Amino acid sequence: MNELLNEFLVESYENMDQYEGSLIELEKDPTSKKLVSAIFRTLHTVKGTCGFLGLSRLEAIAHAGENLLSLVRDGVVSFNQAIASALLATGDAVRAILAQLEKTETEGDVDYSELVALLVSLQNPAAEGTSDVAESSKPSKVAPVEPKVTPTETKAAPAKAPVKVEPAAKAPATLANEPKPESKAVKAPVAATPATPATPAAKPQPTAPTAKPSEGDAPSASKASDSTVRVNVELLDRLMNLVGELVLTRNQIVQLTGSLESVPMQAACHRLNHITTELQDRMMKTRVQPIDALWSKLPRTVRDLAQLCGKQIRLETEGAETELDRTVIEAIKDPMTHLLRNSVDHGVESPEERKAAGKNPEGRILLRAFHAAGLVTIEIIDDGGGIKVDRVKARALERNLITPEKAATMSQQEVVNLIFQAGFSTAEKVSNISGRGVGMDVVKTQIEKIGGMVDMSTEVGKSTTCRIKIPLTLAIIPVVIVGCRGDRFAIPQTNLLEVIRLDKNLMVENVHETPVVRLRGNLLPIVFLDSVLAIKTGERHETQHLVVLQAGDRHFGLVVDTIHEAEEIVVKPLGRALTSVSCFAGATILGDGHVALILDIFGLGSRAAMFQSARTASTLEEEAKSQGTGTGTLLNELLVFHVGGIRAAMPLDMVSRLEEFGGEQIEEAAGRQVIQYGGSIMPLISLSRALGFDETKPTDGRVQTIVYARNGRAVGLVIDGVEEIVRGNIEVQPAGRRSGVLGSAVIGKQITELIDAQDLVRTHASDLFE
Amino acid sequence: MNKTRQLCTFILEGQTFGIHVDCVLEVIRSLPLTHVPLAPEAVCGLINLRGQIVTAIDLRRRLELGPPKDGKIARMNIIIRTSEGPLCFPIDEVGDVVDVEERLFEPVPETMTGTARKLIDSVCKLPGSLLLVLKGDFAELAGI
Repeated sequence: MNELLNEFLVESYENMDQYEGSLIELEKDPTSKKLVSAIFRTLHTVKGTCGFLGLSRLEAIAHAGENLLSLVRDGVVSFNQAIASALLATGDAVRAILAQLEKTETEGDVDYSELVALLVSLQNPAAEGTSDVAESSKPSKVAPVEPKVTPTETKAAPAKAPVKVEPAAKAPATLANEPKPESKAVKAPVAATPATPATPAAKPQPTAPTAKPSEGDAPSASKASDSTVRVNVELLDRLMNLVGELVLTRNQIVQLTGSLESVPMQAACHRLNHITTELQDRMMKTRVQPIDALWSKLPRTVRDLAQLCGKQIRLETEGAETELDRTVIEAIKDPMTHLLRNSVDHGVESPEERKAAGKNPEGRILLRAFHAAGLVTIEIIDDGGGIKVDRVKARALERNLITPEKAATMSQQEVVNLIFQAGFSTAEKVSNISGRGVGMDVVKTQIEKIGGMVDMSTEVGKSTTCRIKIPLTLAIIPVVIVGCRGDRFAIPQTNLLEVIRLDKNLMVENVHETPVVRLRGNLLPIVFLDSVLAIKTGERHETQHLVVLQAGDRHFGLVVDTIHEAEEIVVKPLGRALTSVSCFAGATILGDGHVALILDIFGLGSRAAMFQSARTASTLEEEAKSQGTGTGTLLNELLVFHVGGIRAAMPLDMVSRLEEFGGEQIEEAAGRQVIQYGGSIMPLISLSRALGFDETKPTDGRVQTIVYARNGRAVGLVIDGVEEIVRGNIEVQPAGRRSGVLGSAVIGKQITELIDAQDLVRTHASDLFE
Repeated sequence: MNKTRQLCTFILEGQTFGIHVDCVLEVIRSLPLTHVPLAPEAVCGLINLRGQIVTAIDLRRRLELGPPKDGKIARMNIIIRTSEGPLCFPIDEVGDVVDVEERLFEPVPETMTGTARKLIDSVCKLPGSLLLVLKGDFAELAGI
């Protein structure tokens, strides 16, 4: 890419961050002249450079925004929410074009004329009143100023488009070619005046004096930048690599010289040792960023959301200077945003409710970050109504996430954290902000993936606190090196629970061809590393070790040959050619210079088909624990039926109805079999096919189905025939190897597979239950 | 003077191959290779190139040359630059860097089939032997 353009992009992105930040601040303090000037200046800088680079489209937008800002600055137009929204939309549009430029080096053919028109109309103080009402009553109206693509027209004449859009845009385009850039600031508003004849105050006189300080500020800004240098992240990563290598070489040299008698050599070695350690330390610092890099983008999110929900929310931050690795910041971006959205949507109440509860109508969300015990803790605290523990409990029971017995013994803290379970959402109304039933469990998974933890605590009526604990860096992680058939692998310590030697006291047994071990009275499913990874070469050791691993809520054992040492390793990415292998999180270079692969425990587990019924299996385990029966669990009433040649059962409370249909009633819609049922269309899932058996055709042309209903939608599970309903204690052996199967049990002296309808439906008709 | 191309040559299974010198980062002695289970067929492992982990691609397999006849292992590695980062090819022997006149290049014969066809850019008629010129394209070389 053109170097000039590249520089412009980097600079403009930074400017737009500042622009947005200042705008949000200005909303709080609309009279601040300093802020208006700052905003004006940033937009002006962008516009100015556009002129040099011939980016007419971007310039037109920036220009329209700038005109409006100059009027605000001069007090002709008073700042209001409509203006703020329009200016923020301007920022979005500029960003969109910048992104387009980065990708294709062209401005793209998105039509922003609506936005420009809006900006122009807001310049008119007479129309201000009406437009203000229109905007604030329908805040969403500003949002749609989002790019509208009109490819057919604009492709033909991309350069002409902005001229067509708005006559005012023409002026800066020609002015930009003038050698004296400072004259532009003064002239531009004049040129804009004819377009908006109703703004007599937009005269050059007031513009001229205020334009001056902006020039005067420039030197002080450049002074600050003198002490810092912009460095490409790639270069930093490369340097980091080299420092890592230097550390390895140092280790080798220290080892070699340890046996030498030469004193000067020893001294030199010591120095090398010290310098390398310090170099590594400093190098690590170059990769960190204050968490503010992420937080500074959040006020905008909160503002937009709060407006959408009709709430008043103040976002405060504490510890914004807390430093984190760049990659960690990137990794927590999505979960953080999600949690914050949740706080805005569900946490803080509406102003009316708050007033009624005797609180300040303006809600407050506090983001706090600090270092503690080698981890970074981030808290999101809102002073809203808190989480209603009873409702969470009721919902969890309704969703079969916990048993009634369990619910009775759970502490408030435990109940609150149920919201991180998959498929849990208490929002009565599905809003487009949150409450789709996915989310909190995803947040949890995302945070756990980087070795972090998340938990919630609440004080009813007062506040909710969400606490995230994450490691400082992802680049260096503590691992244990294990050996398997001569190869070495690294297992992250965050996933590791314990290491045990397999011997006479701890033997591998089989449950229905699924290997397990009995660990302190509980059955632990196990996986052989060599078979998961299909390693066939090399010798398997006689003595083997069991590494107990944790991935999310699930525990499993991994059988390896040898356990080497625990080490802190530098994580290096695998090349593009290996991205398809999900079992590895990366690679590292060991002390002897060899490459070792880092195991991705989630990937490994899903390859071993460990997680397909992770949630249900863990619930089973918990139930088993709460009842003290070891492996079994109590499922009160079961419907027993046969399907695909086996006996299967399903908890009766999962069954809405049993229905029989004639084969001719089955129709096809949207690529699946459906049936008209109770006035609506019910999709059918062939249970035998879903479980991996051949589909059996009913002999009498009648189709037996179990109707499973959730969220007001129903699905028919096609079975071969119903046998009986059984009651009583049933011992379930968790299998966890097949999708849609909870485990197996002996019912009526016959082995019966327990069907996990929820999981089945999630896999085979996920689109219906989003 | 005629226009020339500079090619770095290497030998694999008795056949001479060439690749544009601009693509070549370096040629090094064979390094310990870490096997990657479950990896695509073409990947033969990872090497540690001064702290950078580089994927090694089995050119024999990509070019369908079959296993080495005398069971010998590659003695040299050639590291090339691609759009997706460096790749390493274990090779039997490294040859010279040669200047070849443009007129000596010819497209791959129509009758050539197999994956090799996708990898080979052109054929160069050297006196006494034919030099197969490889493409520097990541996706084709890595076979993904």
